Amino acid sequence: MKDLVLSLWAYRHFLMNSIWNDFKSRFVRSRLGAAWIVFQPLSQVLIYAFILSNLLSAKVPGISNTYGYAIYLMSGLLAWNLFSEVLDRCIKVFVANANAIKKVNFPRVTLPIIEVGAAVTNNLILFAVMIVIFFVLGHPPGWSFLLILLMIPIIAMFAMGLGIFLGVVNVFIRDVEQVTPIVLQVLFWLTPIVYPANIIPEKFMQWMRLNPVYQFVDFYHQVIVQSLVPSFAGVLLVAAMGVAFSLFALVVFRRAGPDMVDVL
Amino acid sequence: MSIISVQNITKSFKTYKSEWHRVLGWMGVHVAPLIEKTILEDISFEVEPRQAIGLIGQNGAGKSTLLKIISGTMQANAGSVSLNGRVSALLELGMGFNPDMTGRANVWNTAGLMGFDKDQIENVMADIEAFAEIGSYFDEPIRTYSSGMQVRLAFSVATAFRPDILIVDEALSVGDAYFQHKSFARIREFQEQGTTLLLVSHDRASVASLCDRALLIHEGRVAKDGDPEEVLDFYNALVAAREGSKLEQIKGEDGRVRTISGTGEATIENIQLVDENDDDAESLLVGDKAAIIIDVAVKQPIPELVVGYMIKDRLGRAVFGTNSFHTKQILTDLKAGESYRYKFEFDVEIGHGNYSIQVALHQSDSHITKNYEWRDLALTFTVANTKYALFEGTSWIPPKLSIEPLKVKETN
Repeated sequence: MKDLVLSLWAYRHFLMNSIWNDFKSRFVRSRLGAAWIVFQPLSQVLIYAFILSNLLSAKVPGISNTYGYAIYLMSGLLAWNLFSEVLDRCIKVFVANANAIKKVNFPRVTLPIIEVGAAVTNNLILFAVMIVIFFVLGHPPGWSFLLILLMIPIIAMFAMGLGIFLGVVNVFIRDVEQVTPIVLQVLFWLTPIVYPANIIPEKFMQWMRLNPVYQFVDFYHQVIVQSLVPSFAGVLLVAAMGVAFSLFALVVFRRAGPDMVDVL
Repeated sequence: MSIISVQNITKSFKTYKSEWHRVLGWMGVHVAPLIEKTILEDISFEVEPRQAIGLIGQNGAGKSTLLKIISGTMQANAGSVSLNGRVSALLELGMGFNPDMTGRANVWNTAGLMGFDKDQIENVMADIEAFAEIGSYFDEPIRTYSSGMQVRLAFSVATAFRPDILIVDEALSVGDAYFQHKSFARIREFQEQGTTLLLVSHDRASVASLCDRALLIHEGRVAKDGDPEEVLDFYNALVAAREGSKLEQIKGEDGRVRTISGTGEATIENIQLVDENDDDAESLLVGDKAAIIIDVAVKQPIPELVVGYMIKDRLGRAVFGTNSFHTKQILTDLKAGESYRYKFEFDVEIGHGNYSIQVALHQSDSHITKNYEWRDLALTFTVANTKYALFEGTSWIPPKLSIEPLKVKETN
């Protein structure tokens, strides 16, 4: 654990440079560059809002704003995007960097850290843009919004632990990479992001509370939509799971390390 | 103190019945692998600072695996490697470049992976660009590069900072002749400054010219460790060796090692170099007539016999070689007990210096198919030039020189 931290410290310049490169690479080949970080989730919001707002607008609780449903969607997607992007990047990272892993001797743990850093950067940009949009929609954010900055590392840690473990398995069983989008899609619809939680029948709600993604998406809803300071019980549990997953993933990563180079 | 110490390295690749068994293994539930293929077995050697070691061996012998373990990208199952210095490794023709990024961005990335910080990389960027000599391609994506250009860039990055240990796997054979010379020069310069070199190459000439020691890796073990010429001869014989074939190396009175190998159906009973009076000769003059006499005894019935020889210069480079296949004098259906005298008469049209003769008895055009007997350094002789005008080189190609004044053009 100690040499892990030391090697990350020794490679800090490389980490920063790589995260910056990941960000910069969006400008190199596409005309709109970083705008895509924002356009992709916002177009999703527009589509859902356009199709579903008439059906659901009345049912979003705790907000009187005309654009209540759009704000609800955006806050849920802000949390979901961070989770799914970190997870997806960590799952693909070892296979994608097979060449470097085989040919250069460097601390491999830097690879997922770069991916997490890049995903968090994207999420911060999205968050900043959303704040501007909330002002425009007449829903100015309160101080409780700062809680989102606390949530970002919690969600990232949770997704990273899960992602690194699946990423290591993916080196040996490539199906993982193929199955993930399907599982993510199911999970997306099983979580109240597009629809409000209150349309879920009470008998299913007890199961929903077991869904860690629900826990942090719900936290975002309360903070952003209702401008509340919610209970931390649920997200602390997610944070604890995140730490446990990450430690487990590191152990697996350590043990599988030698085998990984053999099959890449 | 040795700079590289390799102790009892063993490496095997495991294949599981299901990859899930491997996953279970990390969690502490061990399932025996279906196949465990051993690539390296109990390899140990020490390298002293400034030594240049050539690793040779057939494809799949485990050379690249060994280099990966030494450079740290791959882990051995058992044994240890200790290195006293910074390693720079050029493995499998590349540095793991990202094809979509430009050469410059890849240099940043790779040098970062190697552990250098921003200032250090900035300092050598111009050097790397200049050494690679790929012009405006330096700012183009790697996917537009030819393989030679990739190797140029990879070599430039790997050697941008002088390492204590430089590991090069095959890469030098890909570049063009110009870049090869340039990279050899840089390697020699590093050697003079104290860099230890570990090189894998199939090119006899680069091992012979860069290395002062060679290791032959055969079937996962160190089969031979010593002087490059001796190890290369042994390797050549090993390539030709088949089942039931013997292989021995004898140290001669002059201290040079002679390699004899072959299956023994036909053997060399006598080899002589004679002058035009059929007297044994060890020194010849340029322009003399001479002959190589080879007496062959057939020990077991063989379908075909070809006898060949090769004259080599003091560095082991081929000067001239031929055999009775090329002269269309193949003997067929030989019976045990027969014996033949081959006499190759030739004019000594080679320059002054020391030469050796290698002799081989085999089937068809080369010793690869069936090798009855092969002898390196079977004979040595010297050539002196006393009769003709002084010349340099191993080939005697006397010119007829004519000189005539050219008419100078009138300028007005």
